[in-house]
Amino acid sequence: MKRRNSSALFLHVRQVDSCPGSPITRQSSTISIAGVSSETLSNKTPTPGSAFLQCAACKKIIFSVDFEQNLRVCPYCGHHHRLPSRLRIELTFDEGSFQEMDQELRSVDTLEFPEYTEKLTTAVEKNGPNDSVLSGLATIDGLGVSLAVADFSFMGGSMGSVAGEKITRTLERAADQKVPAVIFCASGGARMQEGLLSLMQMAKTTAAAQRASQAGVPYIAVFTDPTMAGVLASYASIADVILAEPKALVGFAGLRVSKQAGVGKVPDDFQTAEFVHKHGMIDRIVPRKEMRTTLSTLVRILGSGARAEQQALL
Amino acid sequence: MAKTHKEWERPLVELEENIAKLKEVARRETDPAKQERHERDIAKFEEGRDRYIDLMYANLGPWEKVLVARAERRPYTLDYVQSIFTNFVELEGDRRGFADHAIVGGPALLEGRPVMVVGHQKGRNIQERQFRNFGMAKPEGYRKAIRLFDMAQRFQLPVISFVDTPAADPGVESESRGISEAIAAAMFKMFELTVPTVAIVIGEGGSGGAIGIAASSRVLMQEHSIYSVIPPEGCAAILWRAPERGPDAAKALRLTAQSAQEFGLIDEIVSEPRGGAHRDPVEAAALVKSALLTNLESLAGLSGDEMRTQRYQKFRSMGTFESL
Repeated sequence: MKRRNSSALFLHVRQVDSCPGSPITRQSSTISIAGVSSETLSNKTPTPGSAFLQCAACKKIIFSVDFEQNLRVCPYCGHHHRLPSRLRIELTFDEGSFQEMDQELRSVDTLEFPEYTEKLTTAVEKNGPNDSVLSGLATIDGLGVSLAVADFSFMGGSMGSVAGEKITRTLERAADQKVPAVIFCASGGARMQEGLLSLMQMAKTTAAAQRASQAGVPYIAVFTDPTMAGVLASYASIADVILAEPKALVGFAGLRVSKQAGVGKVPDDFQTAEFVHKHGMIDRIVPRKEMRTTLSTLVRILGSGARAEQQALL
Repeated sequence: MAKTHKEWERPLVELEENIAKLKEVARRETDPAKQERHERDIAKFEEGRDRYIDLMYANLGPWEKVLVARAERRPYTLDYVQSIFTNFVELEGDRRGFADHAIVGGPALLEGRPVMVVGHQKGRNIQERQFRNFGMAKPEGYRKAIRLFDMAQRFQLPVISFVDTPAADPGVESESRGISEAIAAAMFKMFELTVPTVAIVIGEGGSGGAIGIAASSRVLMQEHSIYSVIPPEGCAAILWRAPERGPDAAKALRLTAQSAQEFGLIDEIVSEPRGGAHRDPVEAAALVKSALLTNLESLAGLSGDEMRTQRYQKFRSMGTFESL
């Protein structure tokens, strides 16, 4: 990963203005980031119609068709580029099985926080009205799941009231309908512009995860790039099974925060999926092309008890 | 704008020093007439000081609240533990190989009633601050808290949390041992409890580090405490690339107890003595104690299941959005 390469940081952070989930901080001349890994931002989505694009990690030129066929993983360096939520759902779950829910929810500027309304408007224009999380029901190899998929491109995937509510409902639906919950995380952290309301989403989503656990339904979290701060320190980390995409940025506090706190040199792989895997905090690192099979197997085996209960209910 | 509480309170401290000097002069004065004049002056100055304190504290802006909440002289968790409870026995260690001193806890008696106490602890001098890691708990702190929550559940003890942390520890060690998981697991555990739980923010309610031990049935804040998703300096650094604009960020974040109450995110504001808890720690402790007792009392009638449901619903309802 090149995220500590300073030029990459500059390039990257400039574009992250709309992503204020806690851990990205800037000062006049020096920049550091926490919640975001750099590379993929500069060309996260290939320009439609262009035949070629450049991998932000290895800088090699990739044929667009190959890139898409390879699930947006660089065929040369294996870099997992970020995915929009809908595409991820298409690539992971049964074709046409996704039933979107909670799409009526919209963020509001309760605190009258400077520039929040403007940022929301821009994000909605760019990404659609779903805020940073898409939620609903789908099937994987015919088995039902309650799912939520976060999208980093909507204000850095930050968790405000809407994201918190959608995650909560996803876990509640899993508990009520006795189906496994699958949540793909992608977030810089809590949404600063909603102040304490967004901090409380940590408790709220954790409460819902506790309820799902008590209901005996499995909950599987997938950490994609990046999974940070308030999201990592709440519902993401207490899943029954935690998978991660290779090289995803995964961490609690941004590098700037760590440095301010007097943390000196950090390991090269600090705050990556590989680092947390090495330290026993997640179960497996799963390449994108194996994600569907891995999830399907886990849903089938871990969800068998809940399915039996569901059958009994019918 | 003042950067520290000390700086902000300097005029007041100077006034108090002068009053003390005048008192000394009066004490040494042998002429009764002159002494009487001094006494009158002292009374006048003291009245002025009180008016000044009232003025300062009646109009505390969000940034001043931040300064007061962080004040070095403000009572910390163990100060409250000492004055509110009896027979406190501190229990230590996470039983996983590590010990943390930024979170303290153990069983104690509250008016003779057994409870479990957990809280962040800051230090007042350099050695203490290092020992307490500036009140920033590492994973082992939250894992110790989980152990105490578990014990509270088994032995049916109400849990009382004192919240006072700038943030959870952000270092390499903490990341390696899973600080995020530790915080999430602590909240998770709190939602499992069937015993009453009351949290009170007594200084800084610093984001994830704070909520990790504050997912409680009742959440209280002292009048001049703060509760925030991000430190104002960090917020200013992100928003305006200017950490020195902390005062503006403090305003934007609505991090005061009064705002938290307005948004329905806390249950009660606990008043502080004139001029803040640090001016009269004894009175401050009495007010906290009385609030704890009232809130525990109000939860006493609930069954274990009701306790859990109440807590779930309380946090479930937090958040504001439009539903089209």
